[in-house]
Amino acid sequence: MKLALHLAYKNLMGSGLRTWLNVAVLSFAYVVIILYNGMIDGWNQQAKRDSIAWEYGRGHLLHTDYDPYDPFTLQDGHGTLPKDKSQNLTPILIRQVSIYPQGRMISVSLKGIATEQSILKLPTNLLKQSKAAIPGIVGKRMATSANLKEGDQVLLRWRDKNGTFDAADITIAGIFDTDVPTVDGGQIWIPIEKLWEMTGFTEHATMFIAGNAYQHELQEEWNFRSQEDLLKELNDIIAMKKISGSIMYFLLLAIALLAIFDTQVLSIFRRQKEIGTYISLGMTRWQVVWLFTIEGSMYSILATILGSIYGVPLFVYLAKKGIGMPVASQDMGIAVAERIFPVYGIGLILSTIVLVVVSATLVSFLPARKIAKMDPVDALKGKLQ
Amino acid sequence: MEDKKNIINIEHVTKRFKVGEGEFEALTDINLKFKTGEFAGLVGPSGSGKTTLLNIMGSLDSPTEGKAIVMGKNISDLSHKQAAELRNRHIGFVFQVYNLLPVYTVFENVEFALILQNIGKAERKKMVMDALEWVGLENMADKKPAKISGGEGQRVAIARAMVKRPEIVLADEPTANLDANNAHAIMQTMKQLNNELNTTFLFSTHDEKVMGYLERIVHLEDGKVAEDEYVTKTKYNI
Repeated sequence: MKLALHLAYKNLMGSGLRTWLNVAVLSFAYVVIILYNGMIDGWNQQAKRDSIAWEYGRGHLLHTDYDPYDPFTLQDGHGTLPKDKSQNLTPILIRQVSIYPQGRMISVSLKGIATEQSILKLPTNLLKQSKAAIPGIVGKRMATSANLKEGDQVLLRWRDKNGTFDAADITIAGIFDTDVPTVDGGQIWIPIEKLWEMTGFTEHATMFIAGNAYQHELQEEWNFRSQEDLLKELNDIIAMKKISGSIMYFLLLAIALLAIFDTQVLSIFRRQKEIGTYISLGMTRWQVVWLFTIEGSMYSILATILGSIYGVPLFVYLAKKGIGMPVASQDMGIAVAERIFPVYGIGLILSTIVLVVVSATLVSFLPARKIAKMDPVDALKGKLQ
Repeated sequence: MEDKKNIINIEHVTKRFKVGEGEFEALTDINLKFKTGEFAGLVGPSGSGKTTLLNIMGSLDSPTEGKAIVMGKNISDLSHKQAAELRNRHIGFVFQVYNLLPVYTVFENVEFALILQNIGKAERKKMVMDALEWVGLENMADKKPAKISGGEGQRVAIARAMVKRPEIVLADEPTANLDANNAHAIMQTMKQLNNELNTTFLFSTHDEKVMGYLERIVHLEDGKVAEDEYVTKTKYNI
């Protein structure tokens, strides 16, 4: 082994530029794989953290008639929960309404929320502090799309529990900045007491957000979705993203491995006399196969070293400064921060190293197997085709 | 010569190669014996079978028929590993084009066979330097093969073949790429080693200069032994 490593190192160093080109391509694959996965993992963590903080809490208690994916169920999907059963829960009542900013009609979800709540990061204290008749807060996406500013008044039209239309001005008490678009786009948050008063659905809620101390008990007409259950969708989306992204880095890895494979095939052809010489000096054919395989896998070792030299400072820099995400990506419907901070787990780094070393060893071994079948006399003459 | 033991026995060796659909017989019923310390050569024109016979004696190839017994071992019965062991410990090769490993220094080229034998570093160093001294290249140990001349390259090859003190050295056209002065220098070096270490040297050659040093000349023609001649007085003496 020591001899094979020594010889492989000598041969690689002796090959000069060709070695370093292969190593450079492979090290680039390393860096891209780790960086891309680190970014996805960073995004995953950020998205989970933000989704819990802004939307999920410890879970959602949903009215049985309410389906979050079906806006038609908002009409009847609400009900009441006895006081003793609603400990550590924040009620949210959702109604479909229209607003008329600058004469345009926009259909939005009007969400009533308890102003004293502290489960979600929504700045509901702004609703409490406001002196307006109907104060509302909106996210920056909603503010941008409806051209709303803090202090603006906008006409709101809704239907009460009897189906009668009513209208009043709502005052924008604050605009919040969140990475979670599902609490932002197309919705206005107002005090739930005000919404009860406006609609007549006193004490009604479409859903409840569970706090940390909430202990779920089976409730008639209410279904509980745990935090893990809610995060599953996010995990699925991120897993899909990871798979689609992995195609790109597998292609990159394939190019690097193809370069090694090609170099090995050429090397074995070009170095026939050398192979014959090794055998004549007393190496077995499999020792020579091993030598060439080690040589190939050593590309991955050198690539690890080279990749570390320029990759580690890059990883550290990006982990500190983050990677800016384009504005368009923040409208994808899932939580995407303006800057994603990559996270590099030891598992990611080790698995990438193992993946690259094993792959490089395998693609080196495949052509090297030919040596085992070589006739040493033909090899010495350089006669093999 | 009679009291020395046979180191190589070639008994009814025939070697055929496949050529397309047919076969080509390179050696036909060869019978030869070589004793320890011989300085002998297989001589003949191209295609006469001398390199094929040398390769069989070096366990790089095996006969189609007959037996090639080297150091008491029948080449045909050896596994790849056993053949490698035989070459590593008992046989040294010198090739026409030197076959030095280009990425290694002169020292490392010579050292290679000793590393395969797992000899310790200090002992290796001494043995390598001794071998380089035999061929007069002790000052070129750190040079790469590309930086030395053809004659020096062949001397490195001799040092590499001799460093492990093998019983047999097989030299295939060792002077073919050398000028007359270098050819003589190489042959003198090998003859001297033959005298001092009693190593058996077997050459394949059609070079008159080489023949001038040989004590036994086996003439091969069309794969058969045409003449086996012991030279009582060589043209060149050491």
